[in-house]
Amino acid sequence: MITLVDYRAGNLASVKKAFEHLGCEVEITEDPEVVRRATHIVVPGVGHFAATEQLSRTGLTDVIRKRIEEGANFLGICVGMQWMFEGSTEAADVRGLGVLRGMIEKFPGGAKVPHVGWNQVDRRGESKILAGVESPAFVYYTHSYRAPVVADTVGVTSYGDEFSGVVEKGNVFGIQFHPEKSGSAGLKMLENFARLAC
Amino acid sequence: MLTKRIIACLDCHAGRVVKGVNFVNIRDAGDPAELACLHSANGADEIVLLDITATHEERKTLADTVRRTARELFVPFTVGGGIRSLEDAAAIFDAGADKITINSAAVADPEVITSIANRFGSQAVVLAIDAKRTPSCARPDRSGAPGPTEIAEVYVSGGRKPTGRDAVEWAKEVESRGAGEIMLTSMDRDGTRSGFDLGLTATIANAVSIPVIASGGAGSVEHFVEVFREGKADAALAASIFHFGLKSIGDLKQQLQGAGIPMRWPL
Repeated sequence: MITLVDYRAGNLASVKKAFEHLGCEVEITEDPEVVRRATHIVVPGVGHFAATEQLSRTGLTDVIRKRIEEGANFLGICVGMQWMFEGSTEAADVRGLGVLRGMIEKFPGGAKVPHVGWNQVDRRGESKILAGVESPAFVYYTHSYRAPVVADTVGVTSYGDEFSGVVEKGNVFGIQFHPEKSGSAGLKMLENFARLAC
Repeated sequence: MLTKRIIACLDCHAGRVVKGVNFVNIRDAGDPAELACLHSANGADEIVLLDITATHEERKTLADTVRRTARELFVPFTVGGGIRSLEDAAAIFDAGADKITINSAAVADPEVITSIANRFGSQAVVLAIDAKRTPSCARPDRSGAPGPTEIAEVYVSGGRKPTGRDAVEWAKEVESRGAGEIMLTSMDRDGTRSGFDLGLTATIANAVSIPVIASGGAGSVEHFVEVFREGKADAALAASIFHFGLKSIGDLKQQLQGAGIPMRWPL
């Protein structure tokens, strides 16, 4: 069962549909009690980093942190991935989950922002989420803020400079682009996540 | 490297893809779900579905068509035609669209742009601008002397109603109100296959920082090269050349790549 966390930031239909296409059962929830039993937690998200404040307000942040410690698999997509870091300059007073070190920042000057369209992600080192995915792979991005390249970065994209397209640390995974909109490469990543043991 | 996008557009009426020139001699061109998947498999970077005759009674048909088309489509999917409110947009997103396009409703009430962007994110709001070059004596030319110059005027209601708005100013306004992309259709070039309006596209692309999708006039590979180079477009949209097997998207992308335009190719 894939547990898709709804915190009123955007549209979950596409992510749900992609997992269903892969044969997964999907539940959409905003209830911490449901997340407490989840084995595969997905936090998507679009728009402003401040929207993630809803996760703390409803108690979901603490539940998710605890489930990750207990071994549940976690996947953050787009703003959901950014939320895995300590915070973002987009909303300086909103704290992230903090399972990864570093801050989300706007693209450096010179590059046209937002970064919208198909770009390539290059694998760096071993990765469970990118297993069987070509490198480089074309993937669909749409965002104005990005994560720096850190020790847990397994996929790198260049736009202005290099940033994290995919991060992976044990049972937690983050994808800045939209795997549900990135053709067969993206579906393969979602399939890799869904097949993780728990 | 960020690639330039080739977007396939499906004009729909009553749940079928149709093709005609200026709404005359409309021909049936197939099933939207099948065509969307076919275009995606052939290399389309994105699919746009426009309900060209959307009326209130047909809204349910559109949602059903969107649901059916979205089911097996895993590239970005944009839907437009008759969306007037946050509620209309929500129903289309719920059916599986990733982005919506609005035009007339945004001109009538620009606040609708912000309300949809606040709820679904700016990346989900594509502002469609239908523009037509119009002689204008109202503005002095660069020398300061009064004289006939051209402005590109925004039209609504499927190109039937002029609004008096300058397309460049409108583009800047919609960006500031939260639109995430601009889909610019040159009414002068639409359906002519004589090439995109490069000057208008470049002027708008330089005036905003959000992506500009050029539409109207595609007829050859060279037209796409020009609109990416001189027109500064981030994406180009075409409908007719992809139907009836006139040219495959794969052939087009391969040739563009050969001409030095960054493309998502091979898939």
